[in-house]
Amino acid sequence: MKTLRIENLSKNFGSTEVLKKINLDIDEGNFLVLLGPSGCGKSTLLNIIAGLETINEGKVYIDDYNVSKVEPKDRNIAMVFQSYALYPSMNVRENMIFGLKQAKTSKEKIEEQLKKVSSFLKVDELLHRKPSQLSGGQRQRVAIGRALVREPRIFLFDEPLSNLDAKLRVEMRREIKKLHQTLKTTVVYVTHDQTEAMSLGTKIAIMNHGVIQQNDTPENIYNKPNNTFVADFIGSPSMNLIEGRLIQNSDKISFVAEGSEKSTQIPVDNYNFKSSTNLNDKQIYFGIRPEHIHFKKLNENDFEVNFKANLSEYIGHEQIITFNFSNQEILAKFPSTINIELNKDMKLYFDLSQISIFDKTSKERI
Amino acid sequence: MSVNINTSYKQLEQKSKITNLMLRWFLYFVLILFASYFIFPLYVMIVTSLKTMEEIRQGTLLTWPSQLNFESWGVAWGGRGYGAGDTFLRPYFWNSIKMVVPAVFFSTFIGAMSGYVLTKWRFKGDKWVFLFLLFGCFIPYQAILLPMARTLGVLGISNSIIGLVVVHSVYGIPFTTLFFRNYYVSIPNELVKAARIDGAGFFKIFFKILLPISAPIIVVTVIWQFTQIWNDFLFGSTFSFGEAAPIQVALNNMVLSSTSVKEYNVDMASAIIAGIPTLIVYVLAGKYFIRGLTSGAVKG
Amino acid sequence: MFNWLEKNLPKVVLAPAVGLISWFVYGFILWTCYISFTNSKILPKYELWGVGQYFKLWASRKWLIAVDNLLIFTALFLIICIILGIILAIFLDQKIRAEGVLRTIYLYPMALSFIVTGTAWKWILNPTLGIQKLFVDWGFENFTFDWLVNREMAIYTIVIAGVWQSAGFVMALFLAGLRSVEDEIVKAAKIDGANLFTVYWKILLPMMRPVFFTSFVILVHISIKSYDLIVALTQGGPGISTTMPALYMTQTAFHKSQVGLSAASAMMMFMAVAAVIIPYLYSELRRENVS
Repeated sequence: MKTLRIENLSKNFGSTEVLKKINLDIDEGNFLVLLGPSGCGKSTLLNIIAGLETINEGKVYIDDYNVSKVEPKDRNIAMVFQSYALYPSMNVRENMIFGLKQAKTSKEKIEEQLKKVSSFLKVDELLHRKPSQLSGGQRQRVAIGRALVREPRIFLFDEPLSNLDAKLRVEMRREIKKLHQTLKTTVVYVTHDQTEAMSLGTKIAIMNHGVIQQNDTPENIYNKPNNTFVADFIGSPSMNLIEGRLIQNSDKISFVAEGSEKSTQIPVDNYNFKSSTNLNDKQIYFGIRPEHIHFKKLNENDFEVNFKANLSEYIGHEQIITFNFSNQEILAKFPSTINIELNKDMKLYFDLSQISIFDKTSKERI
Repeated sequence: MSVNINTSYKQLEQKSKITNLMLRWFLYFVLILFASYFIFPLYVMIVTSLKTMEEIRQGTLLTWPSQLNFESWGVAWGGRGYGAGDTFLRPYFWNSIKMVVPAVFFSTFIGAMSGYVLTKWRFKGDKWVFLFLLFGCFIPYQAILLPMARTLGVLGISNSIIGLVVVHSVYGIPFTTLFFRNYYVSIPNELVKAARIDGAGFFKIFFKILLPISAPIIVVTVIWQFTQIWNDFLFGSTFSFGEAAPIQVALNNMVLSSTSVKEYNVDMASAIIAGIPTLIVYVLAGKYFIRGLTSGAVKG
Repeated sequence: MFNWLEKNLPKVVLAPAVGLISWFVYGFILWTCYISFTNSKILPKYELWGVGQYFKLWASRKWLIAVDNLLIFTALFLIICIILGIILAIFLDQKIRAEGVLRTIYLYPMALSFIVTGTAWKWILNPTLGIQKLFVDWGFENFTFDWLVNREMAIYTIVIAGVWQSAGFVMALFLAGLRSVEDEIVKAAKIDGANLFTVYWKILLPMMRPVFFTSFVILVHISIKSYDLIVALTQGGPGISTTMPALYMTQTAFHKSQVGLSAASAMMMFMAVAAVIIPYLYSELRRENVS
């Protein structure tokens, strides 16, 4: 039984298709992050799960029950909003118990829940304050508390940290992580921030143009992106995508970058191709992350390549170097202790165990 | 268990559907009911103005005229053509135009300049100056009627259109200043700073930078002032009579002068004529009209 | 000289507005105030006479009727306009199909002058050919509706026409207020299981406190100053039964030539308005300072 299951879900606003045939499910206790650029449909999807938006096509199941047309209040969910959406005319206490009161919960039960949650979130000192008298972090806590007291099956978070300043955001991120670890609740969390997604999610669903590009563990998203969109979206700086083609003869497969001589062939035999037929002369993107370009040969998979450095950006603990590789720009990340001379030929090493290869036309991983 | 919950979800779905539908019907019913209360007088005015007196006596307020009769409109606008005692609206309509146009212009211009100074050339105590001006929006005009009448007399412009232009220009300033101040407050000061660094002076900044982006607030202000001055009766009736009267005063006189038989159709045609300019503005620029109302409707 | 001008140019430009308002608003109010303490009849006299005019005013039956009427009118006008405005605003807020059209209909009376409004309602309410005849013709033989010529009831006809003119405006204020509330608040309430009634009653309307305040101030202000509507609808009659302070003031000044007494009544009106407006301005200013 899946805690949440979405089948063939489509949604249009007028003639614009916002979500196209979405299929998605979450197991009990998982933390699913919906990640994507703004306008990709992630918030709409969350609102649909909450029951705040109607569906054009498809179904939403919670615990195997079709809730597609059920009112939000009957779905057994709770939601934390970007603006926190605390009721300004009520104090913290009233805010937190409002939902329970609507559900006609007994007084004792309400008090018990309130006490439990407010001490858990350390807001018990604030119960009589109005939202306007709270700091951003406190408001955030109260908003989470309001969701917690209802003990829902699924928690929905809609970019809850984006209104906080950088420092507080990191703090609250850890608190949400802790919360999930302690309570083992099922969470769907929308964000456009990849760090948030990586650190919080047990699963990440990357969305673009209303389509889920990849739904996977953070590790797989990072190491084995499904397509060039995911490869490009995750990681900072993002993955280098080097244009070129494959050469296959007998059992050897290698990559030749566009504009480079045929002699600089990069062997990709060890890459796990989905199918290893018809690869010869295939136009591809050769994907390698900046951190997988090494300054020294570190392991046997490292392959030596010649470069010229053009630009160096110092960012504290590390530096980002822009190289020219057969007229394509390539970024690499090194510890800032290494001294790199610009405009000089040098040797670097591609870690070939960490590469990704995408078809140039379909942009899919092959 | 699972079956149970599934049916209960079904029931919930059904229930919410039915209550929603009933609620919608109720909503539309109430909204249309009130819409008819608001539209009723306008309908009655139009229908009555198109009937003959004979028809008015026979039918009810709501009966549609047997044939559209525009005679009363002609009478209301241009009179019957006999000399004394024949009052009609045409000359007063032009009086109102002659009063409204300059008064709107002066008050808008002064308000724009004041709003500009109060937001972009701030000085110590500017807030108090604004408050000082703003208070003028709220005074009951009865408190200034007597000295105003004296002043107009001393200046020799009582019972004249010029007098009314002065009165409306002056008492419009608090509103126009309010409008422009609130608009210019929302325009970033960096714009003015950038222009000053580029060497623009006080007037250049106003005319070249601010005025070109002030179109929305100018529309709001002009509509507001136009409506207020066109619809004014207190100043019009106190400071003018006879030939210099604006249209609202003339309308009231026409309706009240019950020399012979009451001609309701002419009354209604006159009322519509007096109301049409502002109604047209409202229909064409409702958005701006409402914006003016919500930010300045403190004037009674 | 030129330097001084350049430096003070902004103040010079502001001067006409400040000068005109000082003279025509503050100066005139002071003049009226002064005159109210004199025994001016047809022409203003300048020797002080004490508070005699105020005693005379509050001993006048007509003034007392005017004040009574003002209280009745203000109370009803306020309550009905606000309730009606809120209902219409909330209903219109429900993703109504023809919202634009309905809003236009509710608000158009605000574009008409009180004279036009009064003329129209006078015709509608007239006891021979108006509403009464409509109902009689519909078969309600004994239906009578003579409020316009009834001393006891005439004041309520002014309420009817006044509400007709201003309720749409309150609706617009509340609708704007409701629309400015963050979507997410309503979403949160829906998830919390609040029904539509609870959402409005417990969450949105309490958030509308500033709108209530604004509507209150504006409506009270309109009612204290109401003059045109009465002139057009009843001329203060039948008899003097629908006299209101504004009408009393002009009649006393220009028909009865009691300038001193008239000034006293104007000052009473001024004070009534000030009592409402000054706290309002104060709180508005404070709110602006906070934000």
